[in-house]
Amino acid sequence: MTEAEARAHDLGLAHQFADLEQQQEADTLGIWIFLVTEIMFFGGLFASYAIYRWLYFAAFEGGSHVLDVRLGAVNTCVLLGSSLTMALSVRSAQTNNRRALVLFLIATMILGGIFLGIKGVEYDQKFVEHVVPGLDWAPEGKTLASLAPGGLGHAEMYFFFYFAMTGLHALHMVAGMGLLLWLVLRARKGSFTSHYFAPVEVVGLYWHFVDIVWIFLFPLLYLIGGRY
Amino acid sequence: MSQQVVPQKTYLMVFFGLIGLTVLTTGVAYIDLGPFNTVAALVIAFSKMLLVVLFFMHLRHSSGLVRVVLVAGFFWLALLIGLTMSDYRTRSWTPAPDSWSSTAPPTHP
Repeated sequence: MTEAEARAHDLGLAHQFADLEQQQEADTLGIWIFLVTEIMFFGGLFASYAIYRWLYFAAFEGGSHVLDVRLGAVNTCVLLGSSLTMALSVRSAQTNNRRALVLFLIATMILGGIFLGIKGVEYDQKFVEHVVPGLDWAPEGKTLASLAPGGLGHAEMYFFFYFAMTGLHALHMVAGMGLLLWLVLRARKGSFTSHYFAPVEVVGLYWHFVDIVWIFLFPLLYLIGGRY
Repeated sequence: MSQQVVPQKTYLMVFFGLIGLTVLTTGVAYIDLGPFNTVAALVIAFSKMLLVVLFFMHLRHSSGLVRVVLVAGFFWLALLIGLTMSDYRTRSWTPAPDSWSSTAPPTHP
């Protein structure tokens, strides 16, 4: 091993790559291909949502009126904020600022935690209103009035979609939080430099993807058919 | 991966743009635009996605290969949703022939 090779290795170059640039290119391409499989994974849900929204439109409208738009909108902003801190984490790694890197990663985790907390409050509300399909489905009072025009069976389908789509999204958030924790621990030890920060960039791309899924879920689930 | 360091100000401006679009999409939902409510919601969501992909995910500085991969992904997603919906939405255009409906012998007397 020449001296130059040894130096590159110290900077984080794996043996199978010619140089750091090639390694970065491969890392980025790899995560993007994974994200495309994720697009298809969520795509199946979005396609079936499109079918049932068209077939059971009145029920879906009634179902969306049961959701709390304010909580949904606040959560959207929280998640966008976490994407900002994630982007700034990557930037801190690029500029060799270890302290800022750790702080921005922790901020991303905190915002992710707030999002999941608000989501938990919303899920709890669904149990209070008995609109959990399969487990606790017995809408009554004001909720029932909102669901009635579309037919209760059709409205139950809406809530199946609501829980499947937001649940799958929340699961991705939990996985992302675990990855962020791992990044924080490694960043504290100083594993990332401006030459080698692929894990930060890769987890960042994943985090932004999860954000994009929510960008579509928010209008599709909360804002159907208007609130006027 | 881009070695290009994007200024902090750019990220902040993109973030405020995203928040603005979130407020806009929520506000538009309270105005009756008929079928255009859905169109507006999807156009805004698509713009937000573009902002995130281009700036936060650095697609602006990414190689052509990465862009091709992403476009291919969306192409297949469009096939998935487009072909599925074109099936469901056109089923009622031509009614099934009478002979298909209830001529089958009853399964039990």
